[in-house]
Amino acid sequence: MNPSTPNLFGIHTQALDLWQRRTEVLANNLANADTPGYLARDVDFRKVLATASDAANGVALETDAPGQIAGAGRSAEALAYRVPTQPSMDGNTVDAQVEQAAFAANGVHYQASLSFITAQIRMLRMAINGGQG
Amino acid sequence: MSMFSIFSVAGSGMAAQSTRLNTVASNLANADSVASSPEAAYRSREPLFATVRNQQGAGDPNAPGDGVQVLGVTESQAAIPRRYEPGNPLADADGYVYASNVNPVDELVNMISASRSYQNNVEVMNSARQLLQKTLDLGK
Repeated sequence: MNPSTPNLFGIHTQALDLWQRRTEVLANNLANADTPGYLARDVDFRKVLATASDAANGVALETDAPGQIAGAGRSAEALAYRVPTQPSMDGNTVDAQVEQAAFAANGVHYQASLSFITAQIRMLRMAINGGQG
Repeated sequence: MSMFSIFSVAGSGMAAQSTRLNTVASNLANADSVASSPEAAYRSREPLFATVRNQQGAGDPNAPGDGVQVLGVTESQAAIPRRYEPGNPLADADGYVYASNVNPVDELVNMISASRSYQNNVEVMNSARQLLQKTLDLGK
């Protein structure tokens, strides 16, 4: 987030980013459901949350010139391999039902983060208008 | 990368699965084809899938990848069955015709699997579209 604006939405912007990345990873798993040797992957939420709260506490690197790289926030988003429940003979570890369930849950999480941000925007607007509209 | 890449990922999945459905259709259509030599006989075909690695994230283990691609279509190396049909116009000098090595049961299973995977990709695309739409409506 731009350092001149205060952190209006808290951790929710990072959460939104994470859910979006996870949607991508799960979409990839589903697209490769029949690719031999493909190993299903997922985002380790706990690890990413820890990194995000470190960044929120000011541990992130300061960048004072354009072109500098802002810390290692994203590289810690380690993608982990899923432990297969029913491994198949061709070495593919995608379990379509598991992936679908994760995808659905992920969509709900994404919408939850969106509604937190919407509520925050509504609150700010009310503060700006003084409750007049 | 943005959420838009999900459309290309799910799209690549749908394209791959429809290639698979096409080969199944071709195999089933040719299940009863005969030829006058083992070389000319129809062999069951199957597409070969492979993961597409993201170009930007080459070497980065955290890059989520860019979907799936069809590397090529392989032909089954199973034995070609030979039938004695002297009355068949395609029979060779000894009276044999060479049938295709398509296994209709395999093909039907393949067809069901391909159509389920296709539906999964359609669902992914629909969900991603809805989430994007909700993001666009943010703050309204």
